[in-house]
Amino acid sequence: MSDHATSPAIELINVSRRFLTPDGKSMTALRDFSMSVARGEFAAVVGPTGCGKSTTLNLVTGLARPSGGEVRVMGGPVSGIDPRIGFVFQTDALFPWRNVIDNVVAGPMFRGQSREAAYAKARQWLARVNLSGHESKYPHQLSGGMRKRVALAQTFINEPEILLMDEPFSALDVQTRSLMHEELLRLWSAQRASVVFVTHDLEEAIALADKVYVLTAGPATVKAVYQVDLPRPRVVADIRYDPAFIDLSRRIWNDLREEVQIGYQRSEQAA
Amino acid sequence: MSEIMASPQAAKAVFAPGTSDREIEAAAARAALNYRRRVTFWRWAILVLFLAGWEAASTYGVIDEFFYARPSTIAMRLYDWITEGTSEGPLWYHLWVTMEEAMIGFAVGAVAGVLVGIALGRNRMAADIFSIYIKVINSIPRVVLAPIFIMILGLGLASKVALAFVMVFFVVFSNAFQGVREADRAMIANAQILGASQWQLTRSVIVPSAMSWIFASLHVSFGFAIVGAIVGEFVGSRFGIGLLINIAKGSFDSAGMYAAIVIIMVVALAAEYVMTMIENRLAKWRPAPLHETN
Repeated sequence: MSDHATSPAIELINVSRRFLTPDGKSMTALRDFSMSVARGEFAAVVGPTGCGKSTTLNLVTGLARPSGGEVRVMGGPVSGIDPRIGFVFQTDALFPWRNVIDNVVAGPMFRGQSREAAYAKARQWLARVNLSGHESKYPHQLSGGMRKRVALAQTFINEPEILLMDEPFSALDVQTRSLMHEELLRLWSAQRASVVFVTHDLEEAIALADKVYVLTAGPATVKAVYQVDLPRPRVVADIRYDPAFIDLSRRIWNDLREEVQIGYQRSEQAA
Repeated sequence: MSEIMASPQAAKAVFAPGTSDREIEAAAARAALNYRRRVTFWRWAILVLFLAGWEAASTYGVIDEFFYARPSTIAMRLYDWITEGTSEGPLWYHLWVTMEEAMIGFAVGAVAGVLVGIALGRNRMAADIFSIYIKVINSIPRVVLAPIFIMILGLGLASKVALAFVMVFFVVFSNAFQGVREADRAMIANAQILGASQWQLTRSVIVPSAMSWIFASLHVSFGFAIVGAIVGEFVGSRFGIGLLINIAKGSFDSAGMYAAIVIIMVVALAAEYVMTMIENRLAKWRPAPLHETN
């Protein structure tokens, strides 16, 4: 127990995850999967579509359990949903019947904070994501980028020590996405949560992360891990022209390309 | 935008180069107003044509007035009922009795339907166990229960309420159940990770997301509640609109039957209107519908 303060934020040790498909067949999504994210570290996970990237996140949240191996969060085993975890979803997971500020207070209110405290905090967070003045709008009245910023505020207001992101910006257009990258890094550098960012976009992964995990086509396991030694703070919009960035992205792409092709061929056969 | 879309020809004419935005907007507003007027006109025109045709057909013997009555005698009968009361006492009292039965049956049926629907929607095992029984009971045509309820519960309020209840319950139940099942999984996971307990999850995610399903069923089922009340009265009662129909039938009074139907139509439409207003108020978070019907 003494190593709790220094243990990695997230550890997956030889994890496998199998599940039943709707027609009753057993499928392996992850096998011999190991990864470790230090405290305050930003890790990205890239891999071909449908390889089981999201499964890794569900194991960390406790919404899914490993079939084998061990998942540890902050040095302890995962049992149920850990309150130190925040999650940003790919799809819109805002509550459409609540206006912006009622969406943001959801976390603190669920966790039993007083109304006044929750609303005061929510106003601060909305200011931090530049949404002051939009408190009483409903999600359908906002643009995709604004909805994502509400989702970020909704997650960050719980001050998670671990932040899990499942292709959070994949539904946004390219310009909005790069603005959201800046926004995320700004919020993250203030809080220094440990992040696992799942994406299929390699450039996004390199621009944001300290460490990039490349997964194989399903069943997924770690194919390679790359350290990203680009200096921070980073300007996401410009960093993609940095020679070190280009060099790294070429090397990782060489690894990723094979897996993408394998995954693609499989999906062709299945279709 | 939708108004420009509503009348493409009218708008196209002013989209020529040189027209200002205001002119286009004014033209679109005019076109929209015109469109609404045309719709209203045809609605009234069809009603008037229908009533006039009916009246003329009875007058000139195309249809037998004995069976089909005619609008003017029905209107007179209604006037008579409203001012003089019916042969069985004041019209308002009968209407009140029917509405009381329908509203109690509706309220109890809707609440029970929502509660059971949500409970079973949240509990898969219970849903699988009870679904077969619900299917079996649901396959009974509800009106055949009327004589049974009247036998057990008597000629008064209780038997009609019971019939209205079974008419409403299953519709609301199956919609609430479906609504719970359709609740977005990402949204549920989001609430759980944000810290919601099971009860908080049900209250602040599951129920609101099932709400539009539930409301859709409430629209239909108030009509069913009225059907339940009237059929019950029809089979055996001392008061109510159903009784008026039954008495009119017994004396071959076709105008009386149609007059009772008109009363029920008005009541059902009013209820529908109130329901829509409540729904719009509750559902202000939803995007505006693509077109307004009124």
